[in-house]
Amino acid sequence: MKSLKFILAGILFGIVMSKSEAISWFRIQEMFRFQSFHMYGIIGTAVLLGTVVTYLIKKYKLRDFQGNPILFTPKEMSVPRYLVGGTIFGLGWALTGACPGPMFVNIGHSYWAILVAIGGALAGTYVYGVVRDRLPH
Amino acid sequence: MIALLSQPWPWYVSGAVIALVMVLLLFFGKSFGFSSNLRTICAACGAGRHVKFFDFDWRAQIWNLLFLVGAILGGFISAEFLTSNEAVQISQATVQDLRALGISAPDDLQPEEIFGLEALLTVKGFLVLLLGGFAIGFGTRYAGGCTSGHAISGLSNLQLPSLIAVIGFFIGGLITTFVLLPLIF
Repeated sequence: MKSLKFILAGILFGIVMSKSEAISWFRIQEMFRFQSFHMYGIIGTAVLLGTVVTYLIKKYKLRDFQGNPILFTPKEMSVPRYLVGGTIFGLGWALTGACPGPMFVNIGHSYWAILVAIGGALAGTYVYGVVRDRLPH
Repeated sequence: MIALLSQPWPWYVSGAVIALVMVLLLFFGKSFGFSSNLRTICAACGAGRHVKFFDFDWRAQIWNLLFLVGAILGGFISAEFLTSNEAVQISQATVQDLRALGISAPDDLQPEEIFGLEALLTVKGFLVLLLGGFAIGFGTRYAGGCTSGHAISGLSNLQLPSLIAVIGFFIGGLITTFVLLPLIF
């Protein structure tokens, strides 16, 4: 059960990514061309509801299933890190039409070409690890 | 019920289910952020022996790898049992823009011109996916998160760094869409 709940949450995520069509290259292109509300609606709804729940968790100091307090660690402030890193990610997101989650969901759809992108993503992560100390953070 | 689930889901249902996934993980004592898995996989493959960044107890992150396995299964279940076999209904304006690039209107989830075997076996097609993936892996780690970690979890927690990251996502996305794609295709 301990492991199963994470697999089940992942299944729900894989299904919603598929049925919302957020894993589709076409939908990502449509979003970056500002030609449909669809992706903005998805992200907007998730963030709006997420904000309400996050607020309630903090306000009522809610605990997780094991009774530990749910904590949110504030992210350290830095402009170059988020702006440059984010921009590099965005370049790849629009090119492959996939972010890290949908990449893997695409495997389930037998789009085997995505394995090349996943290989690239692992290489990119590795290279970041190597050059990390030389980048502004 | 299955027929209803098999239709493409409207944005408000999709957004609510994504928020539910995030909340579930919070109540499981974890936080929603998919791209950390890439670092975990590197570490599990032994990258920690050479690079300090990967020298951490990756076994503590196995829950996230299980979530990843679930995501693949979720994709499989959707493709096998919850499909309406409809093409993605993108806007006519996008169809026309893409046609100008030489990419035909959707008849499935992904364009043949990028995900098809024929495209993959060309140097250009292979590099598009490989370098696109590289930018995703490098960029998410540099920015400390991707769409799930920053755009969903971070913005829900009103984090300014996440907003900066999301602005970055769009700067990069717009450069690819309006500058790189016309050059590549």
